[in-house]
Amino acid sequence: MTDLYALTIGELAPMLRDREISAVELLDAHLQRIEAVDPKVKAYLRLTPDLARAQAADADRRFQAGEAGPLTGIPVAIKDVLCVEGVETTAGSRILAGFKPPYEATAIARLRAAGCVFLGMTNCDEFAMGSSTENSGFYTTHNPWSLDKVPGGSSGGSAAAVAAGEAVFGLGTDTGGSIRQPAALCGVVGMKPTYGRVSRYGLIAFASSLDQIGPFARSVADAALVLSAVAGADPNDSTCFERPLDLSQLEAGVKGMRLGVPKEYFEVAGMEAGVRESVEQALAALQGAGAELVDVTLPHTDYGLAAYYIIAPAEASSNLARFDGVKYGLRAPRTESLLDTYLHTRREGFGAEVRRRIMLGTYALSSGYYDAYYLKAQKVRTLIKRDFDAAFERCDAVVSATSPTVAFEIGAKTGDPLAMYLNDVLTLGGNLAGLPGVSLPCAPAGGLPVGLQVLAPQFREDVALRVARAYEQAGVRAEVASVA
Amino acid sequence: MTLSRDQVRHVALLARLGLEPGEEDYYAEQLSRILEHIERLQQVDTDAIPPTAQVVEVLPVMREDVPGPCLSQEAALANAPESEGGFFVVRAIQEPDPG
Repeated sequence: MTDLYALTIGELAPMLRDREISAVELLDAHLQRIEAVDPKVKAYLRLTPDLARAQAADADRRFQAGEAGPLTGIPVAIKDVLCVEGVETTAGSRILAGFKPPYEATAIARLRAAGCVFLGMTNCDEFAMGSSTENSGFYTTHNPWSLDKVPGGSSGGSAAAVAAGEAVFGLGTDTGGSIRQPAALCGVVGMKPTYGRVSRYGLIAFASSLDQIGPFARSVADAALVLSAVAGADPNDSTCFERPLDLSQLEAGVKGMRLGVPKEYFEVAGMEAGVRESVEQALAALQGAGAELVDVTLPHTDYGLAAYYIIAPAEASSNLARFDGVKYGLRAPRTESLLDTYLHTRREGFGAEVRRRIMLGTYALSSGYYDAYYLKAQKVRTLIKRDFDAAFERCDAVVSATSPTVAFEIGAKTGDPLAMYLNDVLTLGGNLAGLPGVSLPCAPAGGLPVGLQVLAPQFREDVALRVARAYEQAGVRAEVASVA
Repeated sequence: MTLSRDQVRHVALLARLGLEPGEEDYYAEQLSRILEHIERLQQVDTDAIPPTAQVVEVLPVMREDVPGPCLSQEAALANAPESEGGFFVVRAIQEPDPG
């Protein structure tokens, strides 16, 4: 029999329902797996075994009472930026060490109500700023497929946990690619929903016009199931909407669908030959499954990174002003004045990348530079959105690589911020345009996972997931890394 | 576009970020390299283009103005580094002009 930790929600749900296994047994299998591999992978920042045991026991009670749903008893890994009431949540930052949220993120509350079992908080780049988890204030997570490589980021801990069998699924957040890129590098399915699909209430904010919560899973159907559990309007987030989400056609295939291939996305700087080859094979497989491939153009691709690195840091510089040593988290000791408290607390509490982005954003918003940088970037954002609008007039979804590279060596890009930012060049357009996007594994290159990205029009997660499911059937399915 | 050491010091103060000795040069160099990449935005003709602050069409959300449960004072203060008598404690706000 396959190890319990290697199964999907789709496989586990009937076993739990038919009482072949209990939720407590499923939890124990995961805690043992975590104990065996997490010293090498370091996906988790902190585990919550007491909470998990209580939730698993409650799940078993619900199965007995006939009150269980499709996610009841399923163990989940939670990115450390999503507030779990009463559980230390730090956004991977020293400045929030010890912070126990007095309220719960809406997405987390929905999983709790569905009967999920919370394994713990996963590592990430500090305040979700990074593409490798190397900016975590605590430690770096290792890629389960090759331990000397990064797992991607910023949600690298959740991606690695799901890839290593340390959780059945995970939650992450995606501001410029922070779900899709680590999903690609770890060989799992990751989805960023449409901006406004999932409530951001209780998400520790990075860039509020871009942030979105989404799932990691080892099958497209699992990702779809989790999405439907967390999606939908919330009185606590006025930018979250109730819009149709019909996932009943997930298995309908791609016959007759038009998939747009943007040439600019195959010509970006640093695109590895192995990645390109794997993605081209995946496109051929989709064509074989009945899709029509059409050429589309996204002419402002070259400006996306520049616009993103004004807009996201500008919003971050404002959002992170709240970490002032007064209301929660770290306060530098022995300061003379309030200004002194701010300066010392934020010097000691924030890491280098967060400081860099706060300064960049502050500069872009400062008097005399606002028009040249922030306003200009917002106008270019309009052009990038229009590029996608025009592409979607010719196709149902846009397909490309998720990341131009496979997982790279730990330390390879830490000295060069711009090289690190280029990891997101194929994903951040989806955030600027508010689109839903899925990354799922296609054929590995040099033994390392490669991600295929499917972007769909706003609120058409059904289309992105349907294309992803068609490729999963025709091509590659996610597996658990053995972690050697 | 390059950032000078003085500009870094000014921006860091605006952002309430203390700098260690020598960090002005480090950030001046790194931020200048990033800004050099960002310069390419100036090549794009955006004269007739409106800015986008919110990318998804926002529909007005209305609700009745009814009082509901909210955090207790105790819960709101529970994470504070220092509190007293129901207040957050901070250092004196009167301070010399930092220049």
